[in-house]
Amino acid sequence: MLRLEGLEVWRGPSAVLHGIDLEVGAGEIVALLGANGAGKSTTLLTVSGLLRPRSGRATLSLDGRTLDLARLPADRIVAAGVAHCPEGRQIFGGLSVEENLRIGAFLRRDGGVSEDLEAMGRLFPILRERRRGLAGQLSGGEQMMLAIARALMSRPRLLLLDEPSLGLAPQMVETIFDVIEDIRARGTTVLLVEQNAAMALEIADRGYVLENGRVTLSGPAAELAGDARLREAYLGLAPAEAAP
Amino acid sequence: MRLPMHSLGRHHLAWGLIAAGAVALVAYAEGHLSGYERTVLGFAGIYAMLAISLSFSNGLTGLFSLGHPAFMMVGGYVAAILTFPANRKGFMLPGLPDWLATVQWPLFPATLAGGLAAALVAAVVGFPVLRLRGHYLAVATLGLIVILRTVVNNANDVTRGALGLNGIPRHTDLWWILAWLAVALLVCWRLKHSSVGRSLLAIRENEMAAACMGVPRARAKLAAFALGAFFAGVGGALWAHLLTNLTPGSFGITLAFMLVVMVVVGGSGSLVGAALAAVAVTLLGEALRPLEQAAGAYGLVQILIALLLIATLLLRPQGFFGSAEPSFLRPRPRAGAADPGAPGPHSRAEEREMSP
Amino acid sequence: MTTGYLLQQLINGLVMGSVYALVAVGFSMIYGIVRLINFAHGDVLMVCAFSAFAVLLVFGLPLWAAVLAVLTVGAILAMLIDLVAFRPQRAAPQVNGFITSLGVAILMQNLAVLLLSGQPRPFNLPTWLRTNLDVLGARMTVLEVVTVGLTLAVLAGLLFFVRRTRLGIAMRATAENPTAARLMGVRVNRAISTAFALGGALAGLAGLLWAGRAGQIDPLMGFVPGLKAFVAAVIGGVGSLAGAVLGGYLLGFAEVFFVGLLPPGYGSFRDAFVFGLLILILLVLPNGLLGRPAEERA
Repeated sequence: MLRLEGLEVWRGPSAVLHGIDLEVGAGEIVALLGANGAGKSTTLLTVSGLLRPRSGRATLSLDGRTLDLARLPADRIVAAGVAHCPEGRQIFGGLSVEENLRIGAFLRRDGGVSEDLEAMGRLFPILRERRRGLAGQLSGGEQMMLAIARALMSRPRLLLLDEPSLGLAPQMVETIFDVIEDIRARGTTVLLVEQNAAMALEIADRGYVLENGRVTLSGPAAELAGDARLREAYLGLAPAEAAP
Repeated sequence: MRLPMHSLGRHHLAWGLIAAGAVALVAYAEGHLSGYERTVLGFAGIYAMLAISLSFSNGLTGLFSLGHPAFMMVGGYVAAILTFPANRKGFMLPGLPDWLATVQWPLFPATLAGGLAAALVAAVVGFPVLRLRGHYLAVATLGLIVILRTVVNNANDVTRGALGLNGIPRHTDLWWILAWLAVALLVCWRLKHSSVGRSLLAIRENEMAAACMGVPRARAKLAAFALGAFFAGVGGALWAHLLTNLTPGSFGITLAFMLVVMVVVGGSGSLVGAALAAVAVTLLGEALRPLEQAAGAYGLVQILIALLLIATLLLRPQGFFGSAEPSFLRPRPRAGAADPGAPGPHSRAEEREMSP
Repeated sequence: MTTGYLLQQLINGLVMGSVYALVAVGFSMIYGIVRLINFAHGDVLMVCAFSAFAVLLVFGLPLWAAVLAVLTVGAILAMLIDLVAFRPQRAAPQVNGFITSLGVAILMQNLAVLLLSGQPRPFNLPTWLRTNLDVLGARMTVLEVVTVGLTLAVLAGLLFFVRRTRLGIAMRATAENPTAARLMGVRVNRAISTAFALGGALAGLAGLLWAGRAGQIDPLMGFVPGLKAFVAAVIGGVGSLAGAVLGGYLLGFAEVFFVGLLPPGYGSFRDAFVFGLLILILLVLPNGLLGRPAEERA
């Protein structure tokens, strides 16, 4: 579904991605791991069209059509079925919870938006409870749920998640990851960027490890989880967590 | 910052040449040019001084003040009241206290008084107002113009209100203007390249970082603001004695705008740049004026200046010189010495961030 | 001070407040979405007033045509200003945009002087608007009633738009976080243009009402309402539409009472008062009455 080939992306005066190759197949959960600054967020931003590659290719294949992500404007990429839940959640604090969800469905022209609002309310009961409240007043975990729900409102085929576990209590992280698995079960492909390698590899099918803008490891999640080099790439991943 | 006295650097030569050239120009002008031409040159010089002081106070601290005309008004009126012929002052300005009504000062002390009065107003007003930032400060200082103008307009007994003051003795000549221009340039130059100047530049780059390093932000900003106002007051005084009349409307938003253009085009933070831009814009404006009148196209000059501003901000937002000074006017930096005006550490991107 | 006088002053405040609110809301909407003080906002008002003049008194068309004209001209002009002056400055520091808008304002004023001459022209709306009505014992012209009524209607419509429609929510989202809005598929430039268009249309309407009340138009007429819009918006909290409305009315009332309380002859202090008020508000309540502290002002 998603294919990145030799992707080179610069931010300002320096190169962040030095030519990476990455693939995500339909129905998969693929984990993109790496330390801070490795280029994970940059990768997602390039897929959703907020950044442009200097060289290389980024293509999205859906329903027999292939789209060149490097050339499409961001709103067309969203229209094509890509939803990006960005780093730091970035919900609209001054809008109500319901408005946040509605804006997630901005491009939809079908009548099913209200229905999906209900569905989100069932998936995340706390959101339904607080739907008239300001999004800025939700707790960290609730905001994460809102951010994911907002992304889901566009009925995406491919969901890009940037560090969903960041700043959340372990209990909440478990919940979020359960939700991610559920999302995949309902037919959405997921590209998951995470620093919490252990949890990510638990639910992922495959994984890639980025180091300084290059893919240094890749393979099935189970293999990666046991790979000693993963530990090294992370510098600080406790030995027990890396064990299968 | 002391320069090695035993070696004459390239920059000493450059400054010497410039000074000699300026003196020669003024001597020639005073001797050979018509009254009109001397007035135009005079205004160019006054604008240059104003632009230098604005560039210093705005450019180096990142303050964006549009208040210069207000301070010019203060300086102009104070000086004019002091130099006004005593035999007419009494009945023209009945509200003046006796001691003021009977004195008649020469230009220099009156100008000094005007500058100091402006600086005082700036210090008082600056306390509260300088806490604002960016465009809030700009509009607040614009408000100063309106407020001061209203005050002057209504203090009929002291300022003759809307009628203004006429017949102010024409004391200003090119020598005075050159002298004050030189003083402004010298003072601002030394300050800019001193440790004070460097701390001001630090404020501009990052207020929080500057605070962490113990740079006394508030005092530095206030001092820069007041210094700028001082020279604005001087400029107003010189202006009044060149034009020989003053009204509350003499110093308004158009003037503020012109000064902004000069500073932006010359490069905010660059003193020489501001001065050059001031002279260029003034002379250009005067040169085009007959065209404007011939074509009946009033406002044309302003339109062109506005376009110049917009184009500069679009194409070269850091202005001609950025915050640097022409390299032949600066001493070669000693190894390890930080030069606040050097183009090195301030990349184009950073300059972009810092301007104006 | 009789109740009649008081009532009259209240009504004056209401009428002036309405006009200020219209201009302030447009100004605040633009500020909210691009974080720029649009110095040229008042000049959009001026151009629209001249358009109304042309439509009504040069071409002799009916009033509704003038209303249509000011709305259209205002919207298009404002969008043009965004395109030409502000969009290129999107990435630049805030102050650059402000200076650019200052340049645009001076440009517009002088173009108007150049093309239309600086002399004020009399501007008279159809006579029926100037007939007096007795409202609760005080005297109001039809125009004044229309001013207040129209303003309230327009503001209500705006509120609906901004809270209930897809595009309105998109504009608010863009104002908060343009990057996240882009990720939702919102075309940010379009949302911004819409904000400018709405703001310009409101300014245009205000121009018609202002000119009708003043009885004359001139190329520099936009300066004062523009500046007062800024004051009103700041009082209410820039970026907050409700705040702009509140600020507009507060300013209207404050001005009227200030002038009413002073001995006659001091009316010219009014503008100084407005600015003094502004500076005071900025110092005490840097975010205005309804503004949010998240406002970035550097």
